[in-house]
Amino acid sequence: MQNNKANRSIKPIYLDYQATTPTDPRVVNAMLPFFSESFGNPHSVDHAYGWEAEEVVDQARQQIADVIGADPREIIFTSGATESNNLAIKGLAHFLRDNPKGPPRNRVITTTIEHKCVLESVNRLEREDFDVIKLPVDAMGLVDMEALSEVVTEETALVSIMAVNNEIGVIQNLSRIGEICKAAGAKFHTDAAQAVGKIPLDVNKMQIDLMSISGHKIYGPKGIGALYVRRRPRIRLEPLIDGGGQERGFRSGTLATPLCVGLGAAAQYANEEMFDEYDRLSSLSRRFQEGLKAGMQGVSFNGDPEQRIPGNLNVTFEGVFGAELMKSIPGLALSMGSACTSADLDPSYVLKALGLNENQALSSLRIGLGRFTKEHEIDQAIDLLITAVEKLRSTPHGL
Amino acid sequence: MRRSVYLDYNATAPVRPEVIEAVTSALKQTGNPSSIHGFGRAARRLVEDARAEIAALVASKPARVVFTSGGTEANNLALKGSGRSRILVSSIEHPSVLQVHENAVQIPVDERGNIKLSALEELLTEDGDKTLVSVMMANNETGVLQPIEQIVKIAHAKGALVHCDAVQAAGKVAINCEELAIDFTTISSHKLGGPQGIGAMILGKGLEIISQQLGGGQERRRRGGTENVSGIVGFGVAARLSLEGLADMQKKSQARDDMEQKLLAAAPRARVFGADAARVPNTTTITMPGVPSDTQLMVLDLEGYAVSSGSACSSGKVQASHVLKAMGADDKAAGEAIRISTGWNSSLEDLDLFTDAWIALFQRKGERPEGV
Repeated sequence: MQNNKANRSIKPIYLDYQATTPTDPRVVNAMLPFFSESFGNPHSVDHAYGWEAEEVVDQARQQIADVIGADPREIIFTSGATESNNLAIKGLAHFLRDNPKGPPRNRVITTTIEHKCVLESVNRLEREDFDVIKLPVDAMGLVDMEALSEVVTEETALVSIMAVNNEIGVIQNLSRIGEICKAAGAKFHTDAAQAVGKIPLDVNKMQIDLMSISGHKIYGPKGIGALYVRRRPRIRLEPLIDGGGQERGFRSGTLATPLCVGLGAAAQYANEEMFDEYDRLSSLSRRFQEGLKAGMQGVSFNGDPEQRIPGNLNVTFEGVFGAELMKSIPGLALSMGSACTSADLDPSYVLKALGLNENQALSSLRIGLGRFTKEHEIDQAIDLLITAVEKLRSTPHGL
Repeated sequence: MRRSVYLDYNATAPVRPEVIEAVTSALKQTGNPSSIHGFGRAARRLVEDARAEIAALVASKPARVVFTSGGTEANNLALKGSGRSRILVSSIEHPSVLQVHENAVQIPVDERGNIKLSALEELLTEDGDKTLVSVMMANNETGVLQPIEQIVKIAHAKGALVHCDAVQAAGKVAINCEELAIDFTTISSHKLGGPQGIGAMILGKGLEIISQQLGGGQERRRRGGTENVSGIVGFGVAARLSLEGLADMQKKSQARDDMEQKLLAAAPRARVFGADAARVPNTTTITMPGVPSDTQLMVLDLEGYAVSSGSACSSGKVQASHVLKAMGADDKAAGEAIRISTGWNSSLEDLDLFTDAWIALFQRKGERPEGV
């Protein structure tokens, strides 16, 4: 027995919760029945198989709505946050362009630190002659509210600002952004993929018109997400996917019942456990930071120390290439930043937006903690990082 | 116990047990396929293995497979991203093709449900090199197969590109994208006994697509968004089993034809749509003279038979099928038609039981010629 244990390769510690989260076993269990007994097409109205599927999909809609203070009728299922962001941004801009009411609203505002799918959607609008403004952030990663109020005008169609950044975990001031948008009659979209179930969100209090939600960032399955679309006053979008007219015409295609159920269950668990989990992760995160600071010189943490989710740390290890550091610790699953751009060796545009220089950006790693992270894993990670950094710094070909 | 006979495979197929097993195990595995650590690489392997299975189902190459959230998205991607401004669609396409371009020109079909090739040729006399032709391989309501090989030849001769919605054909007939030289092919997982929420668009040799869902550069920059790993894995298994099961599927046409004969013997004035055309082996759409399809569906559902009045997405709307009308059916006939579709887990007994139930209903409520 002892021998077996010793020979078994040790599974690396997963510290990349912003890239994707493990699907919670409770979520998997909630999904499984809908692959077998209840496999109906929720749009089949001709038989009981379809009715049952429709019922559980609507229950999932309710569970998601509950997390963000919305009405279930305001939840549109999509294939993920990328689709939600594309639909919100391009869908709103194109609808307003093609159905002008009152003075034209041609301006779209976002920030330089958004997820790639937001930036690419906005870039597409720019090529279509929308007036696009990408606001910078300060050294802490926060959008300046003064600067935002200055550019949000009566000509502004949409402001798209993420709730929580995927690389540095910084939380933007959503309530204030909502107020600014409201005052100018601009619509407010927020990519909340990294925020839902982690911090309290309320679409009404925060005056949010559109909110993107992801399944696999909240311990749900991949391939499912949602877009909150305000009903009062009604937000209208040009759909990206046409067809059978499902999801109130916003998004055609057969709904994936098990995935919808999975997202619903994931949302509910995240909501129920949000505050306990917040406290637990805060203490793990503190432990991590203190452990690193105590064990080495030249370590700094990126992003606002207060306005952040506890499950994220973005750490600069002075004089060490992040890529080499990762390679030297196969026992830790970490990342240089967004998973989508993992293959690039370019420094993170988010860190550069904070004012880090190229070397500093390349010396930084993202550490993501989450629901299944244990204290002893943190301690192990600290030890591994300290040893590896020391070793890399003592080799001559460092930075 | 209430009988439960599922005969609505064209709406969605029950998920195969092997698929459930694979999906469950994939769900339990952590990792974003774009991440470079071990968790990410393991997820990437799952995705790429499945991609090869899907390419094999349609005799294409893995690098040409673009995963989407399903058939609808794949159809939209092809129709919006082909780079062609003039769009020709058959009049019997699925709404996910018909609804995409307001100005699409429709190619008519004949009474058997086959598109009129002469009409296609005429429509292609001009601007062929600006045109995309979209014709489905098998119709979802009638199962009628289109002569795709000829359609592609005609279109290519005029410089047009061809999109083929093969959602209802995949797994029912052999598909060879390479030989057929289709430029864009759509397939869907849940019609094969795979999970819902995943599909693919297969590019023809040397072709590219203008990306519609912009994002992190996934799918060779053709479709952004974190891959639906468990869905892709399930799709892969379903594709493999469907390919292996093609011969069995072919045999289903005998049972289907037998059933149709019995129904027509009991109700000689019933019409089987596309009966004279080549069809996939699993689909029947038949009228029950004198009994509105709503009534048929209600009675049959109470007796435990799940069938449908046509496309599931539009079955919520009370309107006669555009497919049957395009085949020359009047409102009455179209309003009396129901679709019976079988699949991987259907038995001969399912069809026998259904045949009896249908005939019994017809004899109670149907409109019979005098003397019968």
